[in-house]
Amino acid sequence: MNSLTRLLGWVDDRFPLTKLWKEHLSEYYAPKNFNFWYFFGSLALLVLVIQIVSGIFLTMHYKPDAGLAFYSVEYIMRDVDWGWLIRYVHSTGASMFFVVVYLHMFRGLIYGSYRKPRELIWIFGMLIYLALMAEAFMGYLLPWGQMSYWGAQVIVNLFAAVPFIGPDLSIWIRGDYVISDATLNRFFAFHVAALPLVLIGLVVAHIIALHEVGSNNPDGVEIKKHKDPVTHIPLDGIPFHPYYTVKDIVGVVVFLMVFSAIVFFAPDLGGYFIEYNNFVPADPLNTPTHIAPVWYFTPFYAVLRAVPPMFGSQFPGVIAMGVAVVIIFFLPWLDRAPAKSIRYRGPIYKTALTLFVISFVGLGWLGMLPVTPLYTLLSQILTTVYLGFFLLMPWYSKIDKCKPVPERVTG
Amino acid sequence: MKKSLFLVSLLASTMAFASGDIHLDKAPTNLSDQQSLQRGAKTFVNYCLSCHSAQAMRYNRLQDIGLTEQQIKDNLIFTGAKVGDTMTNSMNKKDAKAWFGATPPDLSVISRSRGADWLYTYLRGFYRDETRATGWNNVAFDKVGMPHVLYELQGEQVLHVEKHGEHETQKLVLDKPGKLTPAEYDGMVADLVNYLEFMGEPIKATRMKLGVFVLLFLGIFFVVAYYLKKEFWKDIH
Repeated sequence: MNSLTRLLGWVDDRFPLTKLWKEHLSEYYAPKNFNFWYFFGSLALLVLVIQIVSGIFLTMHYKPDAGLAFYSVEYIMRDVDWGWLIRYVHSTGASMFFVVVYLHMFRGLIYGSYRKPRELIWIFGMLIYLALMAEAFMGYLLPWGQMSYWGAQVIVNLFAAVPFIGPDLSIWIRGDYVISDATLNRFFAFHVAALPLVLIGLVVAHIIALHEVGSNNPDGVEIKKHKDPVTHIPLDGIPFHPYYTVKDIVGVVVFLMVFSAIVFFAPDLGGYFIEYNNFVPADPLNTPTHIAPVWYFTPFYAVLRAVPPMFGSQFPGVIAMGVAVVIIFFLPWLDRAPAKSIRYRGPIYKTALTLFVISFVGLGWLGMLPVTPLYTLLSQILTTVYLGFFLLMPWYSKIDKCKPVPERVTG
Repeated sequence: MKKSLFLVSLLASTMAFASGDIHLDKAPTNLSDQQSLQRGAKTFVNYCLSCHSAQAMRYNRLQDIGLTEQQIKDNLIFTGAKVGDTMTNSMNKKDAKAWFGATPPDLSVISRSRGADWLYTYLRGFYRDETRATGWNNVAFDKVGMPHVLYELQGEQVLHVEKHGEHETQKLVLDKPGKLTPAEYDGMVADLVNYLEFMGEPIKATRMKLGVFVLLFLGIFFVVAYYLKKEFWKDIH
């Protein structure tokens, strides 16, 4: 017995290191038929790490002060060694986080990953999504450009639309009557400490819940139903390590190629990842003519604008936007189809899902544009389609004609 | 207080609106042309820096465009600033507001918010307008507060508006020629815009060069990762 093994034994007597390694990697049996869509979970974890590491280094030079913030970012871009790289990695990471999370969620939709017994994984995932939206929103204020400022102004004003307590609530959030230094400081605190802690906690819960019930797969069949009688290992399962670790490395490299192409050749990505107007320092006396949130919020922004004010209050729009997010939590109980995976589901669900994707992308596009009567009408139609996908699901998923689901995965 | 705030924001937004929806000329910029960048830097410190600042830009960063510290000290610093200082100016902000109606914006990252094409069009788009306090207006920025600082070089333009039924075409015509021919003036503005683009992101040229090597490395890494995966997975069916 060499000294390394002895050391491991010493640790294992005091901390379940080998046990954890086995449970979560070398003896965690994942279905062998994962496809393209299964890269995005591990990629989301990668982006989380990228954001935390690049964020820590940005915090070393950034000044959360309304008078200093804007030029402290430019200081990072110019005078800090490799500061420009750290900053572009962080700004690109923010958008790429949403890219991989949206694709990860879409995977859930096509293969029914939210269905019993994975309801809690889905709920933890949705909570991660909510925390991520808060994290991104507060982080976007920090560069203190015009879009940072006015975007935050618009969103915090939404809370003012809540009946009775609204005005006080929005002042409480801002710490002032307008977005100001006080707001910048508290958003900074939430962005660098509170929300990252929440995010990490939720990610741990998400993975523990996943490893408790096991991963779904593109066929939507439970691999634990067919185990080897002797070893009790699922017949269609393979150990996550080394099989999926080496496979995910391939995904990571491809992802890093896309990521680096953006960071090095088009960090503002034509104004989608860093808005041009955000290179103008925040000016409380100068409202930009067109205020658009960053692309990952625009679908919900379009829902907000699609609902007209009622009784002089924006509140119905705010409610609609809230519903558009919260309704996703209920998917596990809205879906009544006998099959989980799109491979065995009928034409109705396939049509509904297609319409849903069109409505989501369409709303995202409309959310970037200025308001015109035609665009408002389009937003209203697409909002109806979006909500219809969820609200009508208990009915259409039940009557849909599903194909028989195989007993084992099909490879 | 609230009312005046609202008025100010309304005014500001109409100003911003006026700058949208115009035809922009393509700026012939080239960040690898150091001669052009140096000429642009010279124009910048001579003409722009008296009213505008570039508080994120250090003078010694001009070494990136092929100048030595001594050359920068001797030819480009007029304010007594040290070579490691940023490009500030001595104009009082309150005075500036009283004189021009608005404080001249800092130009450090102006190329990133406005874009090179807009700057190229704007700097060539001044025309005589007696209704304005400064006597100048601009096709890219209606009712602009800035007078035409380069008019001695460009000369004076006037705006001809031709009506074709419902359509209106605006055309700038050179009324009084300046010291430079129109082609020379366009070239000088192109150099200046080139410099502004460099100043907006001094690292731009370097990051693009670096990016090629990063992608090459990842390309090789991909081949290794791909065959590693294939090797591990060959007995999974």
